[in-house]
Amino acid sequence: MAKFHFDLVSPERLLMSAEVTQVDVPGIEGDFGVLAGHAPLITSLRPGVVAIKAQGRDDERIFVRGGFAEVNLDGLTILAEEAMPLAELDAAALDAQVKDAEEDLGDAKDDAARQKAQESLDRLRELRVALVH
Amino acid sequence: MPSLKDLRNRIASVKSTRKITRAMQLVAASKLKRAQEAAEAARPYAEKMQAVLANVAASMGNNGGAPKLLAGTGSDERHLLVVMTADRGLCGGFNTNIVKLVRQRIEALTRDGKTVKILCVGRKGRDQLKRFYGALIVDTVEFTGIRRVGFAQAVDVAKRVFELFDRGDVDVATMFFGRFKSVISQVPTAQRLIPAEIPAGAKTADLKGGAYEYEPDEAVILADLLPRNVTVQIFRGILESQASFFGAQMAAMDSATRNAGEVIDELSLRYNRSRQAQITKELIEIISGAEAL
Repeated sequence: MAKFHFDLVSPERLLMSAEVTQVDVPGIEGDFGVLAGHAPLITSLRPGVVAIKAQGRDDERIFVRGGFAEVNLDGLTILAEEAMPLAELDAAALDAQVKDAEEDLGDAKDDAARQKAQESLDRLRELRVALVH
Repeated sequence: MPSLKDLRNRIASVKSTRKITRAMQLVAASKLKRAQEAAEAARPYAEKMQAVLANVAASMGNNGGAPKLLAGTGSDERHLLVVMTADRGLCGGFNTNIVKLVRQRIEALTRDGKTVKILCVGRKGRDQLKRFYGALIVDTVEFTGIRRVGFAQAVDVAKRVFELFDRGDVDVATMFFGRFKSVISQVPTAQRLIPAEIPAGAKTADLKGGAYEYEPDEAVILADLLPRNVTVQIFRGILESQASFFGAQMAAMDSATRNAGEVIDELSLRYNRSRQAQITKELIEIISGAEAL
């Protein structure tokens, strides 16, 4: 399969920089898969799991909470607000995320921000249920 | 000629100074390691962010519809300088070098008739700038008492920058910080925050005539992406500045420790010489006294 370059960075660290064959990204308007030669795209992300497939190694799954993804002819770049490998993610970590999201909701000043925070919070709660059990 | 007692006291005092500088050096070294890791880990994000922005800017071209944070307000009369220095001294020329760069910039800007405002991050920079440019300083942020500076502090600084920008008080914002090149080399650096700086010679992605698709849409993404970029660049500046500070402090304390060692050697030599001279003198007195009998 054709390969392309994939970078996943969060403000704290570089989580991944590798040649991959497919990445599934939780976009704000729905999950989408990126293969080599994908059309240029910039999207914001919702909380979810990025699944990475590469030749010669196991699939990797990384939790991201918000951010951006950029696809161009050179490859895919994800700028995550927060990111951690699913293996490191446990119930406590998710609870902390949910708490953060609740605080965001409390801080939201206008309706648009409040709606965004609420969506993010709902999604996190769903993930909490889905991943931990 | 100082007496033996004076010399002894001075040696003791220099020795205790050396103990302190050595301890500070060790503390700085251990903090440096963590600060350096944090600064280096934050670089890819900031660089990728700039790369994405460069791509977006290139694909939008100059059609005039670009947001202010990307294209500027159309004027460059009012400048905001965000000056990042340390809260503490004893770090050689670290703070002074940054302030020097800032002063050159202020001189150049005022010569051209621009107005300048200063936002100080770190106490030492404010102390040094206050003397000449006290009237220009609009705000100061200090991190004293915060054990580990994180993203929240960058958000705080960014909020103050946006307040000024949204009020229409500034057109251009530039950040000054010590870029951490290596432990012994910190480079005072200026980076433009608003409008977003596209690194010169940045390789932008060739879309082969295509354009980006935006989800949900361009305005929403940019309204989110651009302020975030400013915050991230500030975050990076803070981390680099911290790592640089510890590097500079370590180097300064290292040379202070070495200097103290040299002073001790020299003083000990003088002490021993005068002690011997005194003994010799006493012996001569005794011998000549005995001969006289």
